[in-house]
Amino acid sequence: MSKEVAGTTVVMLGNAAIARGAYEAGVKVSAAYPGTPSTEISENLVKYKDELYSEWSPNEKVATEVAIGASISGVRALVSMKHVGVNVASDPLYTISYSGVNGGLVLVAADDPGIYSSQNEQDSRMVARAAMVPVIEPSDSEEARMFIKRAFELSEQYDTPIMFRTTTRLAHSQGVVHLEERQQIPDKPYEKNIAKNVMMPGNAIKRHLVVEERLKKMAADAATLDINKVEYNDTKIGVITSGIPYQYVKEVLPNASVLKLGLVHPLPKTLIEEFASRVDTLYIVEELEPVIEEQVKSWGIKCIGKEIFTVQGEYSANMLRRAILKEEPVIEEAAQVPARPPILCPGCPHRSVYSVLKKLKIHASGDIGCYTLGAVAPLSVVDTTVCMGASISNLHGMEKAKGKDYIKNWVAVIGDSTFLHTGVNSLMNMVYNQATGTVIILDNSTTGMTGHQDHAATGKTLMGDTTYMINIYKLCKAMGIEHVYEVDAFDIEGLEKLIKEETQREEVSVIITKSQCALLKTFVPKGKCVVDVEKCKKCGLCMVSGCPAMHKGANGEAVIDETMCNGCGLCMKNCKFGAISLVPNQK
Amino acid sequence: METKNIMIVGVGGQGTLLTSRILGGITRKAGYDVKISEVHGMAQRGGSVVTYVRYGDKVAEPIVEEGQADVLIAFERLEALRYAHFLKKDGVMIVNDLRMDPMPVSIGAAQYPENIIENLKKKHQVISLDAQALAKEIGNARVFNTIIIGVAAKRMDFAKEDWLKVIEETVPQKTIEINTRAFEAGYALG
Repeated sequence: MSKEVAGTTVVMLGNAAIARGAYEAGVKVSAAYPGTPSTEISENLVKYKDELYSEWSPNEKVATEVAIGASISGVRALVSMKHVGVNVASDPLYTISYSGVNGGLVLVAADDPGIYSSQNEQDSRMVARAAMVPVIEPSDSEEARMFIKRAFELSEQYDTPIMFRTTTRLAHSQGVVHLEERQQIPDKPYEKNIAKNVMMPGNAIKRHLVVEERLKKMAADAATLDINKVEYNDTKIGVITSGIPYQYVKEVLPNASVLKLGLVHPLPKTLIEEFASRVDTLYIVEELEPVIEEQVKSWGIKCIGKEIFTVQGEYSANMLRRAILKEEPVIEEAAQVPARPPILCPGCPHRSVYSVLKKLKIHASGDIGCYTLGAVAPLSVVDTTVCMGASISNLHGMEKAKGKDYIKNWVAVIGDSTFLHTGVNSLMNMVYNQATGTVIILDNSTTGMTGHQDHAATGKTLMGDTTYMINIYKLCKAMGIEHVYEVDAFDIEGLEKLIKEETQREEVSVIITKSQCALLKTFVPKGKCVVDVEKCKKCGLCMVSGCPAMHKGANGEAVIDETMCNGCGLCMKNCKFGAISLVPNQK
Repeated sequence: METKNIMIVGVGGQGTLLTSRILGGITRKAGYDVKISEVHGMAQRGGSVVTYVRYGDKVAEPIVEEGQADVLIAFERLEALRYAHFLKKDGVMIVNDLRMDPMPVSIGAAQYPENIIENLKKKHQVISLDAQALAKEIGNARVFNTIIIGVAAKRMDFAKEDWLKVIEETVPQKTIEINTRAFEAGYALG
């Protein structure tokens, strides 16, 4: 690993550079819930745990409120999340915009154009505009480090939370970064200020005026703000852009004039008017929604934007070549090859639970996590996926709409981390409103999809401390649910019996299936499964659950890849001919 | 120097991220500007993954586009074929001769293409090797990607000592020795 010493130059992931910048800015408190593409910010920030505090909170709303508390107390605070996390955090965000800050407060919103690892492609700048929160956007790792420091300064200067917007391409690209010392920022004194910090009607209505004034002032100042940069070259083509698309513009139009916005909300109107007047044709290049473009057009400035650029997916240099220069790059045709979609890993306990649901032909109201992959063939068990925690409330809604019998061949499936995120509220609602329904909590002791982060039920904090481990079983019991069960995720017979019984029960039932994620460092495989070719009847039953370590051999027999097999034994249990056995690992 | 483009393609979980860290380290050691773009999150769960490495005097765009790759490193045959059109006319492809069936093939919904390497060789400059088998001989199947880096290193303009230094700085302490041997084995082949 590169040593992160001030004065040195290193290659850093965008997210690591954000963490480094926040550290250099003197941040003292950070909170987050893991979410691609934002997760590595907190994971990198905690490297500096001797000088700051960083936590995983159960969800983005809580994380934002933790950061707000820290800001009110007078220190610089960071909260980071993926774009859909901003929806969860929007309640405190819309109102802290009114109160403003004491210590600088920055919310990182990581958008996902192209939907690499999300359920939608929303543009967080729209949320920021609605919440009247300024937005800063970097275009590479070094800017990520520098701009987040400016974000904290501007937050304090204008008494406002700042949204720091990134995208997957920035978050997960590495670039050269020059490290600086951590600034020694003294804590600001806390002064009781009810008119500013207690948002009840009489106070809030006055603060709304303050917020409007603040944005106007910022917009006026933005014309000379150092992070808004004009590069005048050939004036035949002018481009207004920000973030990663700036890099594509530089690649395709190295001689064009460019207005690169570091502050993308509020916009520097006078600067844009001047820039527009000096170029012949003005393009606005921004991924996702026409946020800049619509404002510029509303001022009567002629420009070209989404008429020729898409609102979907990521941009690229070739895409700009086609759209602006009308050049068709000479490209060899791509080969027609089978897709390789993501799948549940070998040894994944979710596969075992899903194999039982598939056998019983039970529908699953799904949720957000690795187990969403249960919707993929050959399992195809998951019926719905909306957002974090929705599996349980969706199931509840179905029952209220169609009755208790309707729900008897449905379950909700939700991971342990997602359950603690927002699922717990939905379960409370089922109990309160006398629901019928079976909830399966797929407890693999981690937040899996985002790369194995701890949560409130793992017994470990982001800082590395051992802590109280919330007992999901007891939590469900404490809500008043009588029928709560813990079962080994690989006990397919026990699980089948339990699911059959509980789905018929006209009450709320919770089945907690327990087995560690096979990618956890502490996971110890039981051994490796091997096929006895003599006994194999080539029926394919062992492969119906879609284990990637298995494939059909040249003669149709089952083959298990020994380097991939994690020895879960599911294929062995599903073989009716005893052709598969588990060879235990040698101690 | 004109920007050089390298791509590493494979199946999520094969260690493309470690490989890109080593490439980032070597280009930086030589004093170049470098950008590396990776895939994290869902695709890492057994999906098709791609990493872009670009280095030169000043790099803008962090991704490599179709027809631009100088070197394409593929950890699996089908992935080599999937991304072959990213290779430049005179680019070189290093392919691990490994078959990993994607789910559509496993469940019989699609066919794994035959003779991938032979067909790629008709159009491109291709070096193929069974890195897994070599890695097993060395003592750990997981270091197959370091063998491939060794092969690629022969095709790139950095000193061997620098590669070894970067590997030492990048891989976990316990695996320096075996990774060094893996690199040497690949370098000898390249």
